[in-house]
Amino acid sequence: MSLLALSNISVRYGRLTAVRGVTFTLAEGEILFITGPNGAGKSSLLRAIAGVTPPAGGRIDFADHDITGRAPEDIARLGLSMVPEGRDVFGSLTIEENLMVGTGMHSGTRGWRARAASELEAVYATFPILKERRHSQAGLLSGGQQQMLVIGRALMTTPRLVAIDEPSLGLAPNITDQVYERLIALRAERKLTLLIVEQSSTRAMMVGGRMMLMRGGEIVLDGDARALGQSEAMQAAYFGYGEH
Amino acid sequence: MGGLMQVIFDALSLGSLYALGALGIALIFGVMRLVNFAHGDVIAFCVFALLWPSVDAVAIIFAGNLPWFLLIPFTLAVGAGLSVLSEVVVFRRFRRANPATMMIASFALGFVIRYFLLMLFSSRPKSISLLPGLSQPVEILGARIPLLQLITILVTIAVLIGLTAFLRRTRFGLEMRAAAENFTMARMLGVRANRVIMGAFALSGALAAAIALILGSQTGTANIMMGASVMLMAFIATVIGGMGSLAGAVIAGFALGAIATVMQVILPPDARAFRDAFVYGAVILVLIFRPQGLLAARGTKERV
Repeated sequence: MSLLALSNISVRYGRLTAVRGVTFTLAEGEILFITGPNGAGKSSLLRAIAGVTPPAGGRIDFADHDITGRAPEDIARLGLSMVPEGRDVFGSLTIEENLMVGTGMHSGTRGWRARAASELEAVYATFPILKERRHSQAGLLSGGQQQMLVIGRALMTTPRLVAIDEPSLGLAPNITDQVYERLIALRAERKLTLLIVEQSSTRAMMVGGRMMLMRGGEIVLDGDARALGQSEAMQAAYFGYGEH
Repeated sequence: MGGLMQVIFDALSLGSLYALGALGIALIFGVMRLVNFAHGDVIAFCVFALLWPSVDAVAIIFAGNLPWFLLIPFTLAVGAGLSVLSEVVVFRRFRRANPATMMIASFALGFVIRYFLLMLFSSRPKSISLLPGLSQPVEILGARIPLLQLITILVTIAVLIGLTAFLRRTRFGLEMRAAAENFTMARMLGVRANRVIMGAFALSGALAAAIALILGSQTGTANIMMGASVMLMAFIATVIGGMGSLAGAVIAGFALGAIATVMQVILPPDARAFRDAFVYGAVILVLIFRPQGLLAARGTKERV
């Protein structure tokens, strides 16, 4: 049974079509990279899945619920946590407050405060720097620390699927390494399903897993990251060779 | 000495009104980028809610005769209720509209409320006596201050402390602060948009009711235009404070109250009639040198 299933999803902004007829399924515990050049529609696809931009057509199922056109908060409450591009920390809130925002979705359920507290400790164990600076304003963190914060914040909601848009954007390579190291470890620990958008395929090839290539709003390739990454089909599809 | 104290208390109590008004506007602007021009009419509505509908010059008191411990919660509930109703009936439809459209809608709503009051009560100001015990003076450091003025200041301080505690210490406050900074991101973390926005409207409406009680007791009249002048100054305070910044709104509210009071004292008698021109001149100066406001709010980031 798949955790996430998209069928024939399209996203439009006015007359502009950003995503056309995307169909795929993602199984529980899987790791999927969506790569592709600028403007391929990767971010638009993620925004549609998270409910920020409702799809113009098609259907999305998550955890046995039809989430097409549902509000972002409803989708988040089903266990789909989105980390958007550009590290949207709440700059005037402290680090700890940032982390706690998402725990409210469990309020009212039995023992949620205790669980939130233990989640907080787990995030702090994963990212010790966040614990060190827990009471400082999130806006004062460096780029890498902010990336850790938004990933930690997504984990605080105890999601089943985390979708991350360009975790390496604007980070030094060694910081990106750290972020990925943590992500991979977390995935093993919690049987998380990961959906990661990256512009380049190099990360996907290093980490392994499944990779899809998007171009012009469509999925043009889908397969094993390492095998695909080395293939000439990938090069050709990425840059659009042989079409002109 | 007594004269100086008098000026200080005048400035603080006038500033309190502006600060409470500015807070009501900034709270809603923070979560939905709506400049709510109906706020002033909510203030007027709260005063008239204490009267029976009639077109006579002397008001027929309805809830206004309640003892204070019932009168205050009743009025706060009316303000919060009307404000939440305006969100559910009107502003919710404009959630995805641009700020200018929302602003026009709020103007229209304000006129609907105002003309509804006009229909029931006529445009003639009515004399009312609200919380009459508060008009007696008290002596502080050689100045004779109306008790109401003192209470206005104390109530405002209590509201500010209470609101700060609410925003800093409660889960709902945390969600409101997160939503004010980045609404879409807050929703992606499961924060319920409607709940947060209705909460902001309820708080804002209760603040309008507090102003209504103070204004009603202070002036002893009910006038369908009574909210408008406070609303204008309060709006200016939110702009000077930095749109959406709560602390900025409060500081600017008190600053405007102080400027207006000081001008009243230092301007030559012939120029006093034009006091407001000098106050607005000061506003222009502030905006020339700090167009983003005294405390620029974070998270003016586009919302979707």
